[in-house]
Amino acid sequence: MSALTDETAGIDAETPFRRLAADFFASKLAAAGLAVFAAILVVALLAPWISPQNPYDLASLDLMDGRLPPGSASADGLVYWLGTDDQGRDMMSAIFYGLRTSLGVGALSSIAALLLGGALGLVAAYVGGRVETLIMRVVDLQLSLPAILVALILVALLGHGVLKIILALVVVQWAYYARTIRASALVERRKEYIEAARCLALSDARIVLHHILPNCLPPVIVVATVQVAHAIALEATLSFLGIGLPITEPSLGLLIANGFEYMMSGKYWISFFPGVALLIAIVSINLVGDRLRDVLNPRLQK
Amino acid sequence: MTVLIIRRLMQSAVVLLAMSVLVFLGVFAIGNPVDILISPQADQAEIARATAALGLDKPLWEQYFVFLRNALHGDLGRSFVFNEPALRLIVERLPATLELAFAAMLVAIVLGLPLGLFVGLKPDSPLARLVAAGSILGFSLPTFWVGIMLILVFAVELHLLPSTGRGATVNVLGLDLSFLTWDGIKHLLLPAINLSLSRIALVIRLAAAGTREVVHMDYIKFARAKGLASSRIVLVHVLRNILIPIVTVLGLEIGAVIAFSVVTETIFAWPGIGQLIIKSITVLDRPVIVAYLMLTVLLVITINLLVDILYSVLDPRVRLAEARA
Repeated sequence: MSALTDETAGIDAETPFRRLAADFFASKLAAAGLAVFAAILVVALLAPWISPQNPYDLASLDLMDGRLPPGSASADGLVYWLGTDDQGRDMMSAIFYGLRTSLGVGALSSIAALLLGGALGLVAAYVGGRVETLIMRVVDLQLSLPAILVALILVALLGHGVLKIILALVVVQWAYYARTIRASALVERRKEYIEAARCLALSDARIVLHHILPNCLPPVIVVATVQVAHAIALEATLSFLGIGLPITEPSLGLLIANGFEYMMSGKYWISFFPGVALLIAIVSINLVGDRLRDVLNPRLQK
Repeated sequence: MTVLIIRRLMQSAVVLLAMSVLVFLGVFAIGNPVDILISPQADQAEIARATAALGLDKPLWEQYFVFLRNALHGDLGRSFVFNEPALRLIVERLPATLELAFAAMLVAIVLGLPLGLFVGLKPDSPLARLVAAGSILGFSLPTFWVGIMLILVFAVELHLLPSTGRGATVNVLGLDLSFLTWDGIKHLLLPAINLSLSRIALVIRLAAAGTREVVHMDYIKFARAKGLASSRIVLVHVLRNILIPIVTVLGLEIGAVIAFSVVTETIFAWPGIGQLIIKSITVLDRPVIVAYLMLTVLLVITINLLVDILYSVLDPRVRLAEARA
């Protein structure tokens, strides 16, 4: 998210960004959320280097270490702080790698949905007429169907695989971006600076991309944070149901599903800790999003 | 009003038709069910016979029109796996899913409305802040993980409630209902709470926001000035005015709850349509997948339509705006 915030700041001078940052950090909860999210991001990016074990290198797994409770140690002295799963995999390492997959899929799908939905929303607002009606009808239809139902339809149609899940998540999300960008682009289009730009005979592309788009970004940033959290949760849900990511790319949802069968015998940690990681990721993103909504809302500014 | 309804009905029909093409084409594109159903040792003749028996040898458009004609007659094909009409499989399991969905809605209203009123009336009390923060958590918590934790706490650790299945049912007017037996209620409780979680958060937010707006209205001040008891003001004057948006949003949520019961049903082994669709997707049971998707989309569209109409009937402002337009 910080990359996006920087971008909006770059458009104006340095001061508005400083003011936004000061506003943002005025809430301790939001600051904590951002810090936690940054920490999770670092863990996810550095997973191969900071994990105690490579959880998907079968040679480093020992079946004798299977289903050990948190805090136990292996024969060669490695301590499993969060326990092990049925194959003797260190849960902490598995969670680090899982976060990498979950955040990666969530971020990629949101960026793709932002580009697709953003482009269609801008076109709808700027071109108007039948094109707008058509695009917005599809948006309305899409938003009237529950996200999980759309995802189910697409998974049933497309089958499994990383790219297919990302595609399904893009289809679920794009309409939110299209609606948001169109709404603010419609407002911006009627403002005087756009009229001025038109009087200078600037090209349509230039007006849309350099003048309208930057001014539509604040609400989009808010929607994007919420949508990344949604995408991560939805992917985890699909993976948990066994119709999401394949076993070769285990996300947090798959880890939780994997531990579910051991739950009844009281071996809670295989499901519990990946779930906590997922929860922390989603809550921290939502806290940041909630605060951004307040900070970027001109009506609430002093 | 009638024009509005007719226009909306036609829109819904177009959407359904579009969905049928999309679902049919898409489902056709995935895997060959013959490979799964027939033994690997089967020879060419056997494979051809199985393909013909399933109608898979005809051209695609012909299969679609056969599908559409049959669908209009209430025949959505036979399940490859159960060898039973797909529609019957779904209709058999529908009462269980609907019962779960309505139980979840009830929990959301019973818990969410008083909490939301409280947050709206006393927004600065520490308890209200806690509830408001909790509602953010309610939106963030992934349903399936909460379900697992409910099982862990209430079934595995405390042994208070059963973790899987539907309890004893009572047959009322041809419907098997489980909330009429004690055993059934015990089985229903955890899945219903699980499914209602994000809706509780939703009701709390809506009720709190509505209450905060309504309490500053003149008619509330007037009621206070008349010396009415505050319980009467809250229960009659505030509640009635915040109820319309809540009922509308909850009505629109019924579709989402039914779709989302996929997750809850899988976790709690609840014998509804959600459990059926997940199994059908994994074994590529095409007719069941198509029937489920068509039926759920139909259900969602119908509910949205009904809520829209009810909304304009209930709220005179909407009705007047429609009349003027």
